[in-house]
Amino acid sequence: MSTSATVNAGGYLENLLAGQPHLPASPLAWLNVLRAEAVDRVGALTVPTLRDEEWRFTDISQLTKMSFHPVRATISLQVADIERFYIEEATTRLVFVDGVYAPQLSSNVSGIGVAVVNLEAGFAAHAAAIEPYLGRLTGFRDNVFAALNTAFLHDAALIVVPRDVEVAVPVHLLFIATQKDVVSYPRCLFLAESGSAVTVIEDYVSLQEDAYFTNAVTEIALIDNARVNHIRVQREGAKAFHIANCAVSLARASNYQSVSVAFGARISRYNLNVQLAEGAECAVDGLALISGRQLADTHTCIDHAQPQAASNQSHKCIVGGSAHAVFNGKVVVRQGAQRTDSKQSNRNLLLTSKAHVDTKPQLEIFADDVKCTHGATIGQLDDEEVFYLRSRGLSDTAARNMLTYAFGAEIIERIPISSLKYQLEQTVLEQTTVQL
Amino acid sequence: MIYQDSKILLEVNGLCANVNGTEILKGLNLTVRSGEIHAIMGPNGSGKSTFSKILAGHSAYEVTGGTVMLEGQNLLDLAPEERARAGVFLAFQYPIEIPGVVNSQFLRLTYNTVQTHRGKEELDPLEFDDFVREKMKLLEMNPDFLERSVNEGFSGGEKKRNEILQMAMLDPRLAILDETDSGLDIDALRIVANGVNQLANKDNAIVLVTHYQRLLNYIVPDFVHVMEAGRIIKTGGKELAFELESRGYDWVGVEHKAATGAAA
Ligand SMILES: Nc1ncnc2c1ncn2[C@@H]1O[C@H](COP(=O)(O)OP(=O)(O)OP(=O)(O)O)[C@@H](O)[C@H]1O
Ligand SMILES: [Mg+2]
Repeated sequence: MSTSATVNAGGYLENLLAGQPHLPASPLAWLNVLRAEAVDRVGALTVPTLRDEEWRFTDISQLTKMSFHPVRATISLQVADIERFYIEEATTRLVFVDGVYAPQLSSNVSGIGVAVVNLEAGFAAHAAAIEPYLGRLTGFRDNVFAALNTAFLHDAALIVVPRDVEVAVPVHLLFIATQKDVVSYPRCLFLAESGSAVTVIEDYVSLQEDAYFTNAVTEIALIDNARVNHIRVQREGAKAFHIANCAVSLARASNYQSVSVAFGARISRYNLNVQLAEGAECAVDGLALISGRQLADTHTCIDHAQPQAASNQSHKCIVGGSAHAVFNGKVVVRQGAQRTDSKQSNRNLLLTSKAHVDTKPQLEIFADDVKCTHGATIGQLDDEEVFYLRSRGLSDTAARNMLTYAFGAEIIERIPISSLKYQLEQTVLEQTTVQL
Repeated sequence: MIYQDSKILLEVNGLCANVNGTEILKGLNLTVRSGEIHAIMGPNGSGKSTFSKILAGHSAYEVTGGTVMLEGQNLLDLAPEERARAGVFLAFQYPIEIPGVVNSQFLRLTYNTVQTHRGKEELDPLEFDDFVREKMKLLEMNPDFLERSVNEGFSGGEKKRNEILQMAMLDPRLAILDETDSGLDIDALRIVANGVNQLANKDNAIVLVTHYQRLLNYIVPDFVHVMEAGRIIKTGGKELAFELESRGYDWVGVEHKAATGAAA
């Protein structure tokens, strides 16, 4: 634990701030205020180190040793460059290249009876609707990365689903990294009005293998009875840094289902905060599949703020090489949140002796009539299972691959979009096969 | 069935083995020729499953003495998968559950792997589907089992049928069925026994481990062996099973002691 003292964290943040192009003032006063507040917070905060409780397993000192600048000139991409990332079912697509909205690559943005737009275009029509949520769900007071993102709030994916509208077509938000040494600030806001339903895929990909930095913020508001399916795919380049904050607010009897997979990045950190009102339900599942020297950190907080809400979380890590996975899963049941039903499971599979996982489930319960279960396991593949498969003729490697794949596939299976599921299953197959 | 021109498939000589430092097998001898059906009976804990798993190559057991030859090659030199490809098949006493591995995918991969190693054609998913459904009919198995995880949530009897299904697919030279009859209801016992009988031919051999003479009404053994404390202490014909059923095992031990005591 000896990193931070030498890091000039303040200078690092100043550089990031200074390198940013000047943003024109928005006609919306509150947005200008929001950005200014965020700039202030960046000035007041420092980059977390291993000495911060919330970061004690995740050393990001490497990130602060590098200098990243915002994109200066966007590369113009052709459909052929990015087609392979398309998801067949998701014909509505917003594409962001190094954080900058690329309308020419986006498609069917107005065809589904829902506002799916770049934030700027959506401001005029939706300012009043989004004001209570934008920059509010993800508090940036004490979160330097969220503050940085908010300070530069400009392009963003905005999805507003009107009351009782059920969107049949999944929406694909594709964030593409194309340049090295670039920092981008992807931003999403989904607002599902009362009784509406939508499926959104938030997808981070790269066309290059050098270092860059993605600092993303996503905010999701579900009004009464709304349903949101949120699939998050982090398949960044091998040298990327990926830090993301996502905050979800569930109003009465709403339902949030999320599957998030982390395959890429040298260092990734995903903070997910979910707050449930009365009768709301969520399923929050995750898979981190990493190898080599990767680090994948998932911090979740599921907050049962009101009675009778249900949460179900299954988070799995498959760790090969000398990779390091972190899971910190907090479940809070507040006073008065009676008849809460909360299940959490964290299972970790270590493929090598150098692979490493830190897991920390945390239950904080302040109500008495609740049902909460949680459990964490760390293990290797089961020898008896390996033997069974070998006794049927499979090689040791094939047997291990099959079992590793099965371990991860259980999470991928929960993605309700067949072609994406297939794509990701192939990735799991390839990655588990390469590692052994 | 005993054939005139049969050749030796399996020859076990003086096999000794430990698990966690405890000696379980203490000089086991057994010769199995092609075409034959052998039954191994014996009290709980006598080492029947240990012997079966050693034949399949389980690494928890340490062979400390003796030899095991399969068709002239040293079986103990082979990895479990090489044994399977060479034709050894063990139907486990307690088949384990493998959550997340879909039965149909598992069956197809094992089938194609073994076929390839035997220089035969693989089947594509559609061809395999026809093939496996045909085999399932033989065992009166519901095709729904193909879509489930291997053995996960299967009843005891369903697991045993899934084992015999694998045997039917992999077409082994030497099949060891470790208490496949335990946990089967009366109809299932008949169905599974029928399946096994259909698979038996003059080029392969079957070793049945069982506690019950009943199974041997359906699958008629050429030899019945009694195992005790890690050795085969008596061998007879199918009538020995009836005798064991009515008299228990004690007398076999007494007789064996007297005989070996006299010899020593
Ligand atoms: N992994 C192990 N660790 C310790 N002891 C073991 C192990 N495997 C087997 N044994 C012991 O070896 C002995 C023989 O066990 P085995 O399972 O081979 O008996 P069995 O003849 O198949 O019995 P049953 O008729 O009950 O199936 C038993 O005493 C058992 O407890
Ligand atoms: Mg046994």
